[in-house]
Amino acid sequence: MPLRVELVSPERILFSGEAEMVIARTAGGDIAFLTGHAPFLGALGIGAVRIQKVGGGEEQAAVHGGFVEVKDDRVIILSDVAELASQIDVARARRAADEAERRVRAGDDAEAEAALRRAHVRVTVATGS
Amino acid sequence: MAGGKERVLKRRIKSVQSTKKITKAMELIAASRIVKAQQRVAAARPYTEQITEVIRNLAAAGAGSSSPLLQPREQVRKVAVVVVTGDRGLAGAYNSNVIRAAERSIVATRDAGKEYGLVTVGRKAAGYFRFRGFKIDASFSGFSDQPSYEDARQIAAFVTEQFESGEYDQVELAFTQFLSMGTQRAVVRRFMPLDAEAITDATKGDGPKADYEFEPSPNEILNRLLPRYAEARLFAALLEAAASEHAARQRAMKSATDNAEELITKLTRVMNRARQDSITTEIMEIVGGAEALAQDQSGPGELMIDHTFWSHITPHKFDHHAH
Repeated sequence: MPLRVELVSPERILFSGEAEMVIARTAGGDIAFLTGHAPFLGALGIGAVRIQKVGGGEEQAAVHGGFVEVKDDRVIILSDVAELASQIDVARARRAADEAERRVRAGDDAEAEAALRRAHVRVTVATGS
Repeated sequence: MAGGKERVLKRRIKSVQSTKKITKAMELIAASRIVKAQQRVAAARPYTEQITEVIRNLAAAGAGSSSPLLQPREQVRKVAVVVVTGDRGLAGAYNSNVIRAAERSIVATRDAGKEYGLVTVGRKAAGYFRFRGFKIDASFSGFSDQPSYEDARQIAAFVTEQFESGEYDQVELAFTQFLSMGTQRAVVRRFMPLDAEAITDATKGDGPKADYEFEPSPNEILNRLLPRYAEARLFAALLEAAASEHAARQRAMKSATDNAEELITKLTRVMNRARQDSITTEIMEIVGGAEALAQDQSGPGELMIDHTFWSHITPHKFDHHAH
């Protein structure tokens, strides 16, 4: 039995479907969910969520914080800032990354560092590398 | 001149007609936006539901509610109201209803001997309360048509900070609930501290709870989750308010269009009567003049000009006089 996966942002449901495996980055590291996983509740860090769909194909999303709940083969990912790979503007993310990098180098600003991390995740997710 | 009254009426009808065009356009725009706004309300619901569900599960797992957002204050010194209005008027009683509800709440706070805080969302609330000399702690505007989650986050961040720092002891949220296309109601709801009871109450009804693994600890997750929950609630309120605003505007503009139509019908009738009156008067004058001429046929010399003029209009009458 496949996993039922929902990726929900405050404005809408970004992804809803069945998957073989879901990989997410929690505060403690990457974690993969397969069918029959024990109930799990975790906070997500900034990172990619990879959803391996039934019958091949993978959906990637950049998630900047959020929560994941797994129960009875249902995976619900809640994130107030989440973007599917197909919706990310790579050029814009690259520009944001450069800009953030400059700011990080100019000063040790925690906010700039977070922005840099977000931009990197976006670029990684969008280019699939 | 006889045409004067008629001309004035014609001008008024024209101006009412162009007003009607505008109100009709606004009505149609609002109508199309209601649908979109409703869809956004529906699209935002899963997130709020899921986040509530997660909180419930955490509470069932025994996550302690140590978060300040859940703690009711022993002594309530200052009560703040977040009032959500539109940026624009022309929406019937939409803005004034919610403003009045908020003002009542503020007055009640003051009467109880407590301080009040005020956060306005939308230009209308800011204008109203500033004009009346209320102290506004923060105002947000420019997005009442289509609020984004980012807007909700900013407002929630301000309110949460004030609440956590102890500046506010209680926060209320005044907004307009979208019940249906025909019914919207201005309500004042408790926003902070978050309603722990609603969350734990729901837990009791549920069946046996699964044993969750947590990462990090349940308490920490809960502490991170509650601010998101507050944002989601505020966002839901903003979306409902937006839908209500469009619905109220559509109704207001529809009745304005209807009124304009009625006014045009009425004015057209008055104008037609005025025109008929002036024609009747003219005919009377002509007939009177002609009769006077007929009696005075022997010496038409000094009336020669008028004479020819009349002969154009009523040639038959003058035919036998002319010969």
